[in-house]
Amino acid sequence: MEIKNLICINCPMGCALTVEMEGQEVVSVSGNTCKRGDTYARKEVTNPTRIVTSTVRVAGGEADMVSVKTKEDIPKGKIAECIKALKDVQVQAPVYIGDVIVTDIAGTGVDIVATKNIELTLPLLG
Amino acid sequence: MINYDIVIVGGGPAGLAAAVCAKQNGIDSILILERDKELGGILNQCIHNGFGLHTFKEELTGPEYADRFIRQVKDLGIEYKLNTMVMEVSQDKIVTAMNREEGMFGIQAKSVILAMGCRERPRGALNIPGYRPAGIYSAGTAQRLVNMEGYMPGREVVILGSGDIGLIMARRMTLEGAKVKVVAELMPYSGGLKRNIVQCLDDYGIPLKLSHTVVDIKGKERVEGITLAQVDENNRPIPGTEEFYTCDTLLLSVGLIPENEISRGMGVEINPVTSGPKVNESLETNMEGVFACGNVLHVHDLVDFVSEEAAAAGRNAAAYVKAAAGSGNPADSDTVSTDAAGEQSTDNSGAVEVIKDTIEAHEIRLIPTAGVRYTVPSTIRPDHMDENLTVRFRVGSVYKNCYVSAYFDDERVIHRKRQVVAPGEMEELKLTKEQILQYPKLKTITFKVEEE
Ligand SMILES: Cc1cc2nc3c(=O)[nH]c(=O)nc-3n(C[C@H](O)[C@H](O)[C@H](O)COP(=O)(O)OP(=O)(O)OC[C@H]3O[C@@H](n4cnc5c(N)ncnc54)[C@H](O)[C@@H]3O)c2cc1C
Ligand code: SF4
Repeated sequence: MEIKNLICINCPMGCALTVEMEGQEVVSVSGNTCKRGDTYARKEVTNPTRIVTSTVRVAGGEADMVSVKTKEDIPKGKIAECIKALKDVQVQAPVYIGDVIVTDIAGTGVDIVATKNIELTLPLLG
Repeated sequence: MINYDIVIVGGGPAGLAAAVCAKQNGIDSILILERDKELGGILNQCIHNGFGLHTFKEELTGPEYADRFIRQVKDLGIEYKLNTMVMEVSQDKIVTAMNREEGMFGIQAKSVILAMGCRERPRGALNIPGYRPAGIYSAGTAQRLVNMEGYMPGREVVILGSGDIGLIMARRMTLEGAKVKVVAELMPYSGGLKRNIVQCLDDYGIPLKLSHTVVDIKGKERVEGITLAQVDENNRPIPGTEEFYTCDTLLLSVGLIPENEISRGMGVEINPVTSGPKVNESLETNMEGVFACGNVLHVHDLVDFVSEEAAAAGRNAAAYVKAAAGSGNPADSDTVSTDAAGEQSTDNSGAVEVIKDTIEAHEIRLIPTAGVRYTVPSTIRPDHMDENLTVRFRVGSVYKNCYVSAYFDDERVIHRKRQVVAPGEMEELKLTKEQILQYPKLKTITFKVEEE
């Protein structure tokens, strides 16, 4: 029996989780305050995933960069590839929260979406 | 002069939530003043996720969280001015502000909500010997450069201080291709949230050296490297423990302090522990009708609590304005609000009962001791209290398997088990009015960390 100690990262409580493993099988999870902790622990010891956030360039907008995120969490092992794929992406303003910036990033099946509104720069707005 | 019922200084999450709640509580004449070119405050540069779990039950990034409140402000038709810097607020609540279109102008407010947020501790306070070469940034400045301007400050990075901004930047710069060599923390514990240690350092194999500090910076024009050493219990470097790291960038993440120049200028009493105003249960400062919330009051780790606190400030400011109108308070006797939302509150029907100074009115002092560093609020007037009151505080060091307790005078009334409490994570205890009214002569409530 193997014991793994984790910190749940799903909320700021940061519960200290203890996972009992039998080979690749999770036998039990304890220390969690809520269900999310249990789900997190099972995933973390078998297929750890993360939401990835970054920025990409914007042309013609009020700002030069727009912040983005993976719409869902992606496998930890894919993070570097995901960031790399975003390096040369440029989008045209306007961009709105939730707009898809890149589909199926790094073959994960997950889209990259904008997390900030960037309006067009108009010379005589208002 | 322009008149508003409530003027809010700062359009970050605190200012926005206060405005929304004041409006929902019946005040139409509200103005938010923000010096930046957009609303949202510090959240605009916090592009990572982890915001709003409590408020929206969703994990949002900073700009997404800010947008939820900005939309409410716009939908409710609350007025705001951007690129407008508040210079000063006078004792009789004249707000002096400045922007390019209008120059310097004054606004008469009936109530003022302070929501200026905080700034990073300057590096001068750090006492690192040697030259001041290029390549030393505060973590927040680096965050702004990378996330908003798309500029990477360096390639080989050492971070001093384990506050959340430093941890978040360790991950961000690693993902952007920099090599973050080490995070050094003077204290024997981290100043940041545990989840950030896990997902920002552990995930990327970045070492965290506790009880370490920078003792030397190499390089005259640009940083070339730094020397770390371990410190003893008096925070003095231990000879023989020095380690040299080459790097071109040193980020400092050594804490935040509330931005209270304006508050001090108007005579608001400041708590030396938080560097924020001392407030009562209504989040009102010693100046009547002047409220404070968010990071200007005490530094928060979680924006959800900022929003919650700010909503209370907005609600209380609204109640104050209404009460003042009811009792014909001098605040609005010689000035009639015409420029503002239009309607004047000439409604005097709400009886002239004086909300302040009732006969049974008394004030309970909140005393932080035995591990508890401060409490917000610092006083409670039971007759002004809502049904529930959240008292927030921080502890001075890490305690395991302990209790946080509240003593009503000498009697222990609240006793809550905690697995761990740490300076990096804000604590809270909830009090109810019912509970407090059971002790009519109560003078003090003492907050402690206890072993059992
Ligand atoms: C790097 C970092 C990471 C964080 N990570 C998280 C996280 O993962 N999850 C989470 O929940 N919380 C996080 N937080 C905390 C949260 O973002 C803050 O607690 C919150 O933004 C504070 O809100 P505020 O409105 O009090 O201050 P601010 O956001 O600082 O807003 C204050 C506003 O007032 C304006 N202002 C100041 N002075 C004047 C003046 N004289 N005139 C006009 N305007 C003025 C400023 O321009 C600013 O817009 C993080 C904070 C930081 C710094
Ligand atoms: S187990 Fe639940 S309460 Fe504990 S940190 Fe995880 S999400 Fe938060």
